[in-house]
Amino acid sequence: MEKTAQEKINLQTRYVQLENVNMTFFTKKGTFEALKNVNFSIREGEFISIIGHSGCGKSTVLNLIAGLLHPTDGNLFCAGREIAGPGPERAVVFQNHSLLPWLTCAENVHLAVERVFGGKESKAKLAQRTQAAIELVGLAHAAEKRPNEISGGMKQRVGIARALAMEPKVLLLDEPFGALDALTRAHLQDELMGIMAKSGCTAVMVTHDVDEAVLLSDRIVMMTNGPAATIGEILEVDLARPRKRLELAEDSHYNHLRSEVLKFLYERHARKAA
Amino acid sequence: MSAVSISKKDIKTIMKSDQTIVKPAAAVTPPVAARPSMLALKSRAFFQWLLPPVFGLLLLVAIWALISYQSPNLPGPLPTWQAATELFSDPFYINDPNDQGIGWNILASLERVALGFGLAALVGIPLGFIIGRFQFISRMAAPVIGILRPVSPLAWLPIGLLVFKAADPAAIWVIFISAIWPMIINTAVGVSKVPQDYMNVAKVLNLSEWKIVTKILFPFVLPYMMTGVRLSIGVAWLVIVAAEMLTGGVGIGFWVWDEWNNLNVEHIIIAIFVVGIVGLLLEVALTSLAKRFSYE
Repeated sequence: MEKTAQEKINLQTRYVQLENVNMTFFTKKGTFEALKNVNFSIREGEFISIIGHSGCGKSTVLNLIAGLLHPTDGNLFCAGREIAGPGPERAVVFQNHSLLPWLTCAENVHLAVERVFGGKESKAKLAQRTQAAIELVGLAHAAEKRPNEISGGMKQRVGIARALAMEPKVLLLDEPFGALDALTRAHLQDELMGIMAKSGCTAVMVTHDVDEAVLLSDRIVMMTNGPAATIGEILEVDLARPRKRLELAEDSHYNHLRSEVLKFLYERHARKAA
Repeated sequence: MSAVSISKKDIKTIMKSDQTIVKPAAAVTPPVAARPSMLALKSRAFFQWLLPPVFGLLLLVAIWALISYQSPNLPGPLPTWQAATELFSDPFYINDPNDQGIGWNILASLERVALGFGLAALVGIPLGFIIGRFQFISRMAAPVIGILRPVSPLAWLPIGLLVFKAADPAAIWVIFISAIWPMIINTAVGVSKVPQDYMNVAKVLNLSEWKIVTKILFPFVLPYMMTGVRLSIGVAWLVIVAAEMLTGGVGIGFWVWDEWNNLNVEHIIIAIFVVGIVGLLLEVALTSLAKRFSYE
């Protein structure tokens, strides 16, 4: 079916779309309203960060886009289709990497490659894809190692390689560097920027790190505190790419954006003392 | 108490004398000679590892000797040892169906255990997977397992005799029914403990049920399953002796009963050791097998 010009533009500007999304969890202790009236859309190729205090439902938003959760109310769309469940066009990088410990790094990546391209391509081509994904994250030397034999940063790279190997339309990152030390984190952030520039895929990242959000994103979605959290503000990060960490540190506009996020988090939506 | 009342002066003199001893000693002895060689260290570690179990066994034999000294009907270690050397000099003789060497008896018991246990594994492990994977079936199975599991294995023997109308299948049936529970339960527990993270990976990658079982469930559950297998084989070996006492034929349990009827008490004690040692060997073999399969 031929798409009209208007539809194409819509798809580009609203590649991922959340419409009046509500999420209520029904637990043994009662109901918990996590999200209320969440509305936003993501442009194709855009890098979005979702930031907020812990417990504000940022991960819930990500899991909804991933299709791991279903909204109590409202609709989610990806590339013009309703999100009905998890799918390979929306790859997830989990916070705790979630690699299978009994498989080598290459096998972990291969599991994803096989699933997405298995029916269509030759075995040699599949192996090549796995190899390429491992090389992309700079882990060719550790391809045959098991996850417990490599460092936390390397594990997270394998997680990214596994997600990217699926050639997803949208990459979903759930606090991908949260468990890493500051130096490793900075290093992986720089690498992720490079990879995203090359692949050009759309990305949504959940984070609680203000610097990370400003450095990586095109827009930052700032969420209010839960329960019944929603989107407080959306900040446009209009810094030129490629971005350099060291240069930005002295850039006044970067610092202005950074303080905007900080003001949102610590002035307007400060977390009540627990 | 006197140690508390050491005066400062005493301490000073002690410290002084300490120094006067240490300094020249360190200067005189060359450091190389003071260090024991690698071989000496290793042999020392070996003996430290070996001695406690040897002492334990010696203690057991000593207590046994003491008790047998007190009660003349119980043969002591020495006559038992003599009987054992005689018995094991020809373990594989066959005089008639009811008089065979101890080797044949052990093998017959092991065969029954292998059959009963193998059938139990064949049924129990897949059943455990299904119970662990599906909440509904788990709830269905819970009362059945809850009622049947605590039943004494030998209570199943008459049912086996009734259904199979023969002693040998009945004994295997008893092994089967008593060995199946640990495998079902441990496998099911393992499956239910698969981390949600791994299942999320499966969902995001859209893995097929077959891939979920082979790439995620099976490798994760394997250590749990091996625990179940180990417990099961222990139970099976425990039960076989009792079952064979009742069913007769060839087997270590029957042999014990036969020797009791002959009032050959040395042989009963030998049988106790044989049962214990074979059980230990089974346990060790399965533990090392489990270690090989562990991914950690």
